Amino acid sequence: MSDGGAVENGEAQEVIAEPVVELLYDMPKTISHGQTVLHPTRENYASLLKKLHDDGYLMIVDLCGVDYLKHFDREIAPGIQAERFEVVVNLINHRERSRLRLRIQVPETDPVMPSAYDLYPGTEAMERETFDMFGIVFEGHPDLTRILMPEDWVGHPLRKDYDVGRIPVQFKAANR
Amino acid sequence: MTAIEENVHQTSEGAQEILPRDVVSAAQRLRELGAVLRISEAEALEAELERAPDDETMIINMGPQHPSTHGVLRLMLELQGETVLRCKPIIGYLHTGMERTGEDLTYLQGPTNVTRMDYASPLFTELAFSLTVEKLLEIEVPERAVWIRTLMTEMNRISSHLLFMATNGMDLGAVSMMLYGWREREEALRFLQEVTGLRMNHNYIRPGGVAADLPDGWRDGVLRLLDMLPDRLAEYDTLLTQQPIWRERLQGVGVITSEECLALGITGPILRSTGYAWDLRREMPYLAFDQLDFDVVVGSYGDCFDRYAIRLAEIHESMKIVRQCLEKMPKGDYRIQDKKVTPPPRARIDESMEALIHHFKIFTEGFKVPEGEAYVPIESPRGELGCYIVSDGSSTPYRMHVRAPSFVNLQSLPHLMHGSLVADAVAIISSVDPILGEVDR
Repeated sequence: MSDGGAVENGEAQEVIAEPVVELLYDMPKTISHGQTVLHPTRENYASLLKKLHDDGYLMIVDLCGVDYLKHFDREIAPGIQAERFEVVVNLINHRERSRLRLRIQVPETDPVMPSAYDLYPGTEAMERETFDMFGIVFEGHPDLTRILMPEDWVGHPLRKDYDVGRIPVQFKAANR
Repeated sequence: MTAIEENVHQTSEGAQEILPRDVVSAAQRLRELGAVLRISEAEALEAELERAPDDETMIINMGPQHPSTHGVLRLMLELQGETVLRCKPIIGYLHTGMERTGEDLTYLQGPTNVTRMDYASPLFTELAFSLTVEKLLEIEVPERAVWIRTLMTEMNRISSHLLFMATNGMDLGAVSMMLYGWREREEALRFLQEVTGLRMNHNYIRPGGVAADLPDGWRDGVLRLLDMLPDRLAEYDTLLTQQPIWRERLQGVGVITSEECLALGITGPILRSTGYAWDLRREMPYLAFDQLDFDVVVGSYGDCFDRYAIRLAEIHESMKIVRQCLEKMPKGDYRIQDKKVTPPPRARIDESMEALIHHFKIFTEGFKVPEGEAYVPIESPRGELGCYIVSDGSSTPYRMHVRAPSFVNLQSLPHLMHGSLVADAVAIISSVDPILGEVDR
């Protein structure tokens, strides 16, 4: 694909360059090891959850964060801009025995995303844990406080730029 | 100002404690009535006007050192006389950062770490971790390994439920039950020790298969347990199930509905006690469960007694599965013969330099797992246990997250406890059966 070709028949080139994105619930869909993954944005996360809830995805089994600081160039769906944080939500549809995973990009500069608490009260503890570990704020959560760390703790331990404490190993024979 | 300090300024951390009645919003106060209550603040205020003013409430602490809190669970209870109005579980006293530790350990060392999460059923966390790694590697373990895993996890389910029987009895004052439960659990652990070498924290199920083949005479160990247990379980029935005091103590206490369970993400025996037949072993089979014949036991009232009875019945079902495993156990390898994942056998190391190098490399560097992410759930004795791993192509997980059933199930406490007596609080905590190592990870 040279630049000249693109100029000559720009329209045809555009059609080819446009990545084929499979959609489910109007969201880019990928398959990861046989598991369906959707990539909503923060803006349409809440409305997607509502649709999913109506469709029988009655339970959020798991919600956790991932800090991609040191693995920024990972594979996401085409057209989705990678951000530092990702919130991963696993839903289950008991009737159809199917699972669905959502990966929502959350930028470092503004780590805020809507809470799923209103529809799924079960995310209360999980969102608190994600807040505690990654500092991602969930708007609309009724009680967003630290859950695992002490309340006066400084920093968010699962962030990749958080220093893990170490005790230096002393070898007794080394100074002899 | 470092990046971390900046982040702290962005977040506002409040107290974790339960707040006094006049500070919290009306919607939150009303939430004590039901788990799935969705109501606006204005509506809540209106609804509250019709209720009697409760000035006679008191907030007390229960735990974290209370013996019936199964470790270090701390509950803050708001009481009106003897009645519990609100309850808030406060956790984190056992938090050791195992998810972070898991990022520094290779995939081969991983099971050593995760097995310490749920210390009453350690094989399940190992299994979830190994299945996830195998999914990322896209390998299939040999059939014998699958059946060994099935057998061992069901044995572990038996020992875990026996521990529940013991602690549930102890919490409610049936102290002789504690001794009986522990006695039988010890027998189950003896078998696990024969096979894995350890009573707990086995590090037996590893990516690629299991650590060692079943030892000679393992069938005798299984049969001894299978012959012994039915009589002992009949003793439990006499001692507890049919005993009026025990039934009075549990029936109708801590009731929850299926809808509330689903909304709160609650799985396992608590969900099944409401009559909702959901067991991943049957609904989304993993390992060899699609070839096994067993029943999913459900309750009908969603109370503490149902949860007790379900666990007792699940011991019987697990024994049924173990018996089938005895018959169907195939011959073959107990771990995958993939040189990338499996260390060479011990005997080869003495005679082959390459084997020695390979052995050394696999235990120091570990094996590399291709980039990707996967979530694999299994049915642990406490509910859905899932493991989510993100790999960046190196030999350690980039992110390892464990969906611990106890952590999520604890959210049911406020709803189970509302309106019950303080004395019943102990029965309710016990029937949720949380393992705090898994809650705090």
